[in-house]
Amino acid sequence: MSSSNNRKKLLLMGRSGSGKSSMRSIIFSNYSAFDTRRLGATIDVEHSHLRFLGNMTLNLWDCGGQDVFMENYFTKQKDHIFQMVQVLIHVFDVESQEVIKDIDIFTRALKQLKKYSPDAKIFVLLHKMDLVQLDKRNELFEIMMKKLQQASAEYGFPHLIGFPTSIWDESLYRAWSQIVCSLIPNMSIHQSNLKKLKSSMDAIEIILFERSTFLVICSSNDQNINGKINNYTTTTNNNANNSSLSELSNEVSLLDPKRFEKISNIMKNFKQSCTKMKCGFKTVVLNDNIYVSELSSNMVCFIVLKNSDAPQQLVLENIRKAKNYF
Amino acid sequence: MEVPSSELDSKAMILLMGLRKGGKSSICKVVFHNMQPLDTLYLESTSNPTVEHFSTLIDLAVMELPGQLNYFEPNYDSERLFKSVGALVYVIDSQDEYMSAITNLAMIMEYAYKVNPTINIEVLIHKVDGLSEEFKVDAQRDIMRRTGEELLELGLDGAQVSFYLTSIFDHSIYEAFSRIVQKLIPELSFLENMLDNLTQHSKIEKAFLFDINSKIYVSTDSNPVDIQVYEICAEFVDISIDLYDLYKPSDSNKKKGIKGPSSHRPQELKNVSQLENGTIIYLRQMIRGLALVAIIRPDDMDMESCLTVADYNVDIYKKSLEEIWKNSKVILPNPNIQTFNNQE
Repeated sequence: MSSSNNRKKLLLMGRSGSGKSSMRSIIFSNYSAFDTRRLGATIDVEHSHLRFLGNMTLNLWDCGGQDVFMENYFTKQKDHIFQMVQVLIHVFDVESQEVIKDIDIFTRALKQLKKYSPDAKIFVLLHKMDLVQLDKRNELFEIMMKKLQQASAEYGFPHLIGFPTSIWDESLYRAWSQIVCSLIPNMSIHQSNLKKLKSSMDAIEIILFERSTFLVICSSNDQNINGKINNYTTTTNNNANNSSLSELSNEVSLLDPKRFEKISNIMKNFKQSCTKMKCGFKTVVLNDNIYVSELSSNMVCFIVLKNSDAPQQLVLENIRKAKNYF
Repeated sequence: MEVPSSELDSKAMILLMGLRKGGKSSICKVVFHNMQPLDTLYLESTSNPTVEHFSTLIDLAVMELPGQLNYFEPNYDSERLFKSVGALVYVIDSQDEYMSAITNLAMIMEYAYKVNPTINIEVLIHKVDGLSEEFKVDAQRDIMRRTGEELLELGLDGAQVSFYLTSIFDHSIYEAFSRIVQKLIPELSFLENMLDNLTQHSKIEKAFLFDINSKIYVSTDSNPVDIQVYEICAEFVDISIDLYDLYKPSDSNKKKGIKGPSSHRPQELKNVSQLENGTIIYLRQMIRGLALVAIIRPDDMDMESCLTVADYNVDIYKKSLEEIWKNSKVILPNPNIQTFNNQE
C-alpha cells in the first residue's frame, strides 16, 4: 500500500461537453483557454500521469462523458474505475439543460465510490460560470450546491466541496490548487517553514507555488489550507474564504483576495513566453520588493517584502539559505 | 495631454482607410484599447470618421474613415484632411478579393500625393492569420505587383509604399504600427543612436522603447528585430504591470501610513528577470508612459555587475530622453503642419 500512497488516483467525471478535458489541458499541459477549442471529445478514459512536487504522482483519469461511456463505467467497468480512488472531481456544466440527469449521474458515481473507495474526497466544480450573468452567479452556485450537498450526504459523503469555475478567469486555478493541496501529505511542515521564512525576511507575504503547474501550495498568511479543506463541511466556499481572510492582519486583508490565482495565471503566461527563448525562468525581481525565485526543483516562492530598500544580495542570499528546507 | 480638437492639427495624424469590413476598427480597438481579438468580431460597422488620440513620445491622432464613403464627393473637405496627415494606412483584406481594394488604393494615393507629396503610404495586408506561410508570400507579392502596375498607369511609379503582413491575432499588427509610428517621430534617428550606444556598452542584445499602454515600440536599436524577441518583451511589460498592480504599494500603506507613499512614489517601475540560461530581461520605466525593455546576455560576467552597469547606463539614457523631450516640446507643436506639408 505504501507505493499507492504516492500515486494518487483522481477521477475526472461529468457529462459530455462539460469541459473536463479543457481543464486538464490548461492546468497540466500549458494550453491557453483559447487553445481548448481544438480539443475533441474524449473517447472512453484518457489516463495521464503527472508528477507533482517530485514525489507525488497524480493519475488523472479523464473519463469521457458521453452517455455510452458513462453507462459502461457504472456497469462493466465499475470495479476498474472506482477502485482505489483518492479524489473524485465531478464537473457540472452550468448551462446544462438536463440538470436532473447530471445530478443522477453524480449520485450513481457516489454509489459506486461508497462501495469501492469510501475514503475518497469529493469535489464538484460548477463549470462554465462565465456564461452566467455576474449578479446571478452566487445565487446559482448556492442553489446547486445545496442540491448536491443533499445528494452526497445521502451516500455517506458529507464533506462536499464545490467551486464555481471558468477557464476564462483565474477561478480554475483556485479550484485546482485546493484540490491538489488536499493530497499533499506534509503540508503542515511546508506551512511552518514558510512562516519562519516570512518572519526572517520581514515579508508581507510569501506564497509557495508548484513549479510546473503553478498551482498554489500554501501561503504564509493562510491559517492552514489543508485544515481548512478538511474542516468545513458547509458549502459556502466564498464566505468561508472571506472570513478566514478577515482574521488575518489588516494589511493582508487589504490585498486582492483573488491574488493567488491571478499570480498563477500571470506567471504561467510568463513561463509560456519564456519558452520562446527556449528556457525556463529562474528569478523575477520587481521594483526590489517582489521576488519570485525557484526554491527547489519543484517549487517556486513568491515573496512580497514590506519595504523595497533591502539590498538585493541579502534577499537573494536569504532565499538561497531557505532552499535547504523545502 | 488632452488636446482639444481645435488643436488637432498640431498632432501628427495617421489616417486609417480601407474598403468596408477590412478590419480597421478592429485594429484600433486591439492596438489602442487592449481589446481581446475575438471580441472584435462583434464590432459594429463604423459609419462616421472617428479619431483616436494616442499620446506617447509624440502626440498622435489616428483617424479611422468608414470604408463605404466616397471621399471624392465635394462635400468632404478631403483636401484639408489629406494635407494635415503624416501617414496614410490602407488596410487590404487578404482573405477577400482584393482587386477593387488595390484600385481604390491607387485612386486615394493619386489624390494624396497631389495634395501632400510628403505623405507616408503604408499598406497593411491584413487578416493573414488564416493563410499558410507560402500563401502569405504569394499574396504579398501579388498585391505589391498589382499595386505597382496601378500606380504606373497613374504616373506615380516613384511612390514609396511600404507593405506589412498583419493579423490582430498575433504581434504582427503591433510591429507594423510600431514602424508606422516611428516614421513620424522626428527624433527617431537620435533615439536609435542613443539606444545603440546603450546596447554597446552594457551587454544588451536588444532593447526596445515601449509605449506601456499600447505595446507599440517607439524605437529600438539598429540590430535586426526578431519578432519573437519583440513578443517576449511585450509580454514582459504586461506581466510587470499585472504583478505590480496586485501589490500596489499604496494599498498596504493606506492604513498605517508607515514610511508613506513618499518612499515609493519617486521610484519607477522596474522589473528584472533571469532565465535559466543566464539571459536577463530588464524593464525600466522611462518618461511619458514609455518603458525600456532589454534582453541582456551576461556571457560569463556575473549578473550583479552586469545589472549595475546596465542600471548606470540606463540612468544616463533616461536623462538624455528627458533632455530631448524638453527641447522637442518647444519646437514640435507649431511648425508641425509646415514640416508635413510645405517641405518641398
